[in-house]
Amino acid sequence: MIGTEFVPLSLPPLLIGTLAALACALPGNFLVLRRQALIGDAISHVVLPGIVVAFLLTGRVSTWPMMLGAGGAALLAVLMIEVIRRAGKIEPGAAMGVVFTTLFAAGVLLLEQSDTSAVHLDVQHALYGNLESLIWLDALGWNSLLDPVALAGLPTELPRMALVLVGVIGFIWLFWRPLALSTFDEGFARSLGIATGPLGLGLVVIAAMAAVAAFDAVGSIIVIAMFICPPAAARLMTNRLSLQVAWSQGFAGLAAVSGYVLAGYGPLWLGYAHAVSAAGMIATVSGLILALAALFGPCRARLGQPAG
Amino acid sequence: MFDLGYNASLVAIGAGLLGLAAGVTGTFLFLRKRALVSDAISHSTLPGVALAFIVMVSFGGDGRSLVGLMAGSALSAAAGLLAVGWLTRRTRLAEDAAIGVVLSVFFGLGIVLLTVIQAMSAGRQAGLEGYLLGSTAGMLRTDALIIAVGGALVLALVALLRRMLIVTAFDPEFAGSIGIDTGRADLAMMGLVLAVTVVGLKIVGLILIVALLILPPVAARFWSDRAGSVALIAGGIGGVSGAVGAMLSVSAPALPTGPIIVLVAFAIFAMSMLFAPRRGVVAALIRHLSFRNRVHLRQGLLALAQGQPVYEALTRRLLRRAGLIRADGVATGAGTAQAAKALLDERRWQWLRASEGTGAAAARYDGLTPIETVLTADQIARIDSQLRPGGLV
Amino acid sequence: MTQLKLAAQEGAAPVEDLSDIPLAIRGLTVSYGSDPAVFSVDMTVPEGAMLAVIGPNGAGKSTLLKAALGVIPKLSGLVTVYGQPIASQRRRIAYVPQRASVDWDFPTRVIDVVLMGLYRDLGLLGRVRRSHRDQARACLARVGMEGFADRQIGQLSGGQQQRVFLARALAQAADLYLLDEPFAGVDAATEKAIVTVLKALRDEGRTVVCVHHDLATVTDYFSHVFLLNRRKIAAGPVAKVFTQQMLQAAYGGRLSGGQIDRIAAS
Repeated sequence: MIGTEFVPLSLPPLLIGTLAALACALPGNFLVLRRQALIGDAISHVVLPGIVVAFLLTGRVSTWPMMLGAGGAALLAVLMIEVIRRAGKIEPGAAMGVVFTTLFAAGVLLLEQSDTSAVHLDVQHALYGNLESLIWLDALGWNSLLDPVALAGLPTELPRMALVLVGVIGFIWLFWRPLALSTFDEGFARSLGIATGPLGLGLVVIAAMAAVAAFDAVGSIIVIAMFICPPAAARLMTNRLSLQVAWSQGFAGLAAVSGYVLAGYGPLWLGYAHAVSAAGMIATVSGLILALAALFGPCRARLGQPAG
Repeated sequence: MFDLGYNASLVAIGAGLLGLAAGVTGTFLFLRKRALVSDAISHSTLPGVALAFIVMVSFGGDGRSLVGLMAGSALSAAAGLLAVGWLTRRTRLAEDAAIGVVLSVFFGLGIVLLTVIQAMSAGRQAGLEGYLLGSTAGMLRTDALIIAVGGALVLALVALLRRMLIVTAFDPEFAGSIGIDTGRADLAMMGLVLAVTVVGLKIVGLILIVALLILPPVAARFWSDRAGSVALIAGGIGGVSGAVGAMLSVSAPALPTGPIIVLVAFAIFAMSMLFAPRRGVVAALIRHLSFRNRVHLRQGLLALAQGQPVYEALTRRLLRRAGLIRADGVATGAGTAQAAKALLDERRWQWLRASEGTGAAAARYDGLTPIETVLTADQIARIDSQLRPGGLV
Repeated sequence: MTQLKLAAQEGAAPVEDLSDIPLAIRGLTVSYGSDPAVFSVDMTVPEGAMLAVIGPNGAGKSTLLKAALGVIPKLSGLVTVYGQPIASQRRRIAYVPQRASVDWDFPTRVIDVVLMGLYRDLGLLGRVRRSHRDQARACLARVGMEGFADRQIGQLSGGQQQRVFLARALAQAADLYLLDEPFAGVDAATEKAIVTVLKALRDEGRTVVCVHHDLATVTDYFSHVFLLNRRKIAAGPVAKVFTQQMLQAAYGGRLSGGQIDRIAAS
């Protein structure tokens, strides 16, 4: 890998993919422990109608309105799930199933009905993202990393994803203690005066933020896979929450880097000319990591009885 | 009505039959609280579809044979289902995490294989993208026929297995006691889910097929408390959604079949959730508010009767609106009378609960039921004769 | 009917003076759906009492406790702790939930659970110092669990889990202890250890309220009882209230005459 080719073509997608994986896996730890793993699945499905509506309203494909639209759709979905769950007394899994399929169907229909052929907006893009296209044309080699003019030409997804990751880390760091406490023992947390409802909603909003930013760059498959696979694998490695979070970050980074490299270079090594989908490969690698953890992880077996 | 072509009619019939079968099958999943297992199953069909295509092409076919793709999808969906079961049983992961893992990883692998196919067929569209969202445009006659027959077959299977599944979904322990192997019933249920998914793949698409399994039972749940009726209603809703959705879809351009079917089902769901007579949200809200007001009124009356202060503002407002207290909080004549009656009722109930052999009547006590609705005048008179002044209070 | 004094304005303080009362509940109603689980309950827990909330299954004992604490929403009613709204008195309350209400497979150690009791001291970002750990270890020692500090919580037996929960409550150093079925499904040694700790708390002048289900031990363990069956049946010192007549009123036909005689006589 020579710098002149690697830096402009591979470094930005590699970094963006890794940052996205880290940002999704972090809140994923708490979602998995709270039996809300599939909230990530639901959020990533409803991002599509969000960006379509944003496009229809503004008439162009631009980043911030679409991020807002996607975030709004994620919030709407969470709200609908809660309403159906509480007002309709429907179990959470079914409520999620109702909401995300409906919103996704609405998104697809809107997309088909509107004239989006002129712009790059389609369902495939929403599903697998377009990691490979996030290149840095201004870069000539490693020294470009120190060249302010070249740096200005970095794909905007990179600083945006970095910013979101910082936000996610900040939230988890600040609320670590109440998050852990209310995840373990909600009744006790409430007796201490912790507002467990808003806290849980905050977690979902942070997860939605990570999902929306990551989705734009890498598509929804990575988002779902990274919410669940690294934290689930990490849970099988340790019995300490802080260590679990550390493991999940390691697994997410490993999956992103090795998945990207395998997708780009794997087929070449096997003698094929075409690369395969990086997003799909990253998800696949995260699944392999989980399979290994499920077979050999030191803490793979259940200890206590789950809450009745 | 629409002027449907022969193919479109076949598809609409197939979608209707499929919707019916999916509604009934989904009811069992829903009652077992495992609705989202279907999401894992449907997403894990993708690598199977892609692999089947690759295998068929490498054996010289064109790879688009519906039967071949269905077989591939069934195999990989079964693998996904096994993986969910294995992860939940053998590791500490909960089922929701296992579902998420399987659906994302299988789907990711499927996408990788799709890009491999793109590279293989270089420029020529393989058309497999249609399986993501479903499409009926330009469908071959044999394909339409396969879907119609497939829908009918799944429905026949559901009819055959319904009794065992209803009993198991409703009360697994009872099912076990009358000799039903619940493990096998669950297996049969998953087999049906798999069959619905595979048949529906081409029309509805793998991302939205779960809607057909989830929306109708959830909507039907608002109309009945009995498992058998829920299954029947869900079948009806699913059948209507499938048939109407498929017909709407061919009636105009750019109306993709899968999303239309889902949105029709959602419309039925939304109406059910809002307006169903007993479990509907509107009815429940009205009931809750009137119940809350009755509780507050009753408590206010008891406080008045015992000379205690009425602390809560809502209670005071309700008493005032009912003309039971004046603006300064003093009880009106009607208020005094009703308060005395409430206290007397309370003491009668207390006596009733303390005496032996009245368990059944006393058990109906909820603090709000007027005693006259439970006991006869004679019985009340007998209680009153036994009440000592002051009672137990 | 007499002239009635009403609290004059919205949110006005109750007319009674409750400032010495650790826990006062007035007109509490809780309902799941349209069936009241607890109806119009008044409860006054005297300072220094060791009070058992008893009543048949489904009488709303745990519901009463949880609604008083604001863990579940109430339909109506007022709750004061030392005469103040509960939100301002959280520091003075320690709550021990039912053991079965949490997932014991959660990735954490015994010492971390006890440290949760120091949440109000630590705040969001306060560092856990050596003094905090020592405090937590001392609480573990009080329940006879000092050797288990670094164990994974899932490795404990039911009785040991209950003791860890009690140690967490001790770490809160509260004035009012509310325990939900602390003796449910624990071994004899644990039951004894818990009773010893609770009696020590009472001797320090703290107030203890337990949801309790074993009528045979009421007179041994508690100073006061609160008989509940959706409504308050009776309340007061054990000697006065724990009588056949009252138990009959609470349990109705569900307790045979012989059973009640035996319990009342013990």
